[in-house]
Amino acid sequence: MSDSVVRVRGVDKVFGTGTDKTPALQHIDLEIPKGAFVSLIGPSGCGKSTLLRLIGDLTQPSVGAIDVNGKTAHRARLDRDYGMVFQAPVLFDWRTVQGNVELPLEVSAKDKAVRAARARAMLALVELTGFERRYPWQLSGGMQQRVAIARALSFEPAILLMDEPFGALDEMTRERLNLELLRIWKQTGTTIVFVTHSIPEAVFLSTHVAVMSARPGRILEVIPVDLPQPRNDLTREDERYFGFIKRVRERLRGRDVARPGAAEVAAS
Amino acid sequence: MSKRFAYNAPAVLVFVGVLGLWELAVRAFGIQQFLLPPPSSIAGAFVEHFDELVTVGRNTLTEAVGGLLIGGVAALVVAFAIARWATASRALLPFAIAANSVPIIAFAPIMNNWFGILSPLSKMMVVAVLVFFPIMINTLRGLTLVDQGSLELMRSYAATELAIFTKVRLPNALPYIFTAFKVSATLSLIGAIVAEYFGGSRSALGQFIITEAAFFRFANAWAAIVVASVVSIAFFLIILAIERVAIPWHSSARIADSS
Repeated sequence: MSDSVVRVRGVDKVFGTGTDKTPALQHIDLEIPKGAFVSLIGPSGCGKSTLLRLIGDLTQPSVGAIDVNGKTAHRARLDRDYGMVFQAPVLFDWRTVQGNVELPLEVSAKDKAVRAARARAMLALVELTGFERRYPWQLSGGMQQRVAIARALSFEPAILLMDEPFGALDEMTRERLNLELLRIWKQTGTTIVFVTHSIPEAVFLSTHVAVMSARPGRILEVIPVDLPQPRNDLTREDERYFGFIKRVRERLRGRDVARPGAAEVAAS
Repeated sequence: MSKRFAYNAPAVLVFVGVLGLWELAVRAFGIQQFLLPPPSSIAGAFVEHFDELVTVGRNTLTEAVGGLLIGGVAALVVAFAIARWATASRALLPFAIAANSVPIIAFAPIMNNWFGILSPLSKMMVVAVLVFFPIMINTLRGLTLVDQGSLELMRSYAATELAIFTKVRLPNALPYIFTAFKVSATLSLIGAIVAEYFGGSRSALGQFIITEAAFFRFANAWAAIVVASVVSIAFFLIILAIERVAIPWHSSARIADSS
């Protein structure tokens, strides 16, 4: 596919050496089209976070190759193609909200006026206008995570990599942030790779759900979720939504015996 | 104002109560002056020798501050080097740990010999060696005990080592550095006074105390101890004030604000 942003081909990841070897991922093939919202879901230990970190060049594959925008993942990281959001907001206590959002722009040596304007625009995008001069510890967990999202988007990365970003939040906050994330995704057109262990969250957000199995980590199937866009609170009551949840759940349990291994994401 | 008074009243009450008991006990049991002079005699000695006490206190404080600066700067430089270069860590850390186990104060006569018994520099060097280790280790801890997520975040921005140092490691280390300097402020005054006991200028707290004690003028010695305490507390508070201004975001400042 020519419009793939991420292309993972024949990737294995083994941790440790000698007799201590643990295979984390095996035979991973995955293509992520531009503008897609792909969730990686699976039991703990299935390597979904490892796969995300491989795509982001925070760790390297033992076998295989990963291309991002037609470059190596390493090159893509150096070109600052990635925005990362982790489960913990990882905000710096010594910086204000504005300062935290400006951090990646400072690292890439953007000038001061540009940084300030970008940060303000991103904070408006996550609806935190008016909180610029606060410190992270003065914000709630949900607000901190929104700052982290604003920071990840501040330098307009081609891909947003999110590792259980809402995993530590309460259900209400999580649902609200799900909606906000979808709005931001529509507004920016960013490709998103999203790790989660919540089936409803994966189905609600994604254009594609990659279902993974553990030990060794493999992609069992990539399920396209063609629920209508834009999604909203009504989506959560749609019968087809429940259908997809059921399908993902059954796939995770391994009831479906459809072709394992091969996992091609069709363009949406 | 009245709220603040109410807040501090218990501490003031305890202070006054202890002084009162002390005074009463000394009088009631007829305790000899050389064992424990009553607060009134100490206050008298303080007033009588005020000018001299100010001079010796200032001289000792100069040694403590000078020593803390020398030792502190050296400790920061070594900690930065160790945090930056793994080789430096392997080369220097064992010696630093070994040096910490050495009772530094035993070096005082040697320092007197090296830097001149009458020179304040000999006392400063004792202080410098004394404060070096706690500052170095604390700084190193602050530079290296960095949240892994922060480092990964910086890597995802393709940040240089220099950017990681200035934007993550150094700000992360600042609270550790201030804690070390606060502890070392007290330590530096102890170091300076003990070093003075081993000989040196007559115009310093340590020598003043030794001389007065030798001549059984214990009220004077006690007055000098009061001066030493006041100077030590003041030194600590000055560093605390700098900390509040330098790292207002730190949790120690937050707790103080909310109370």
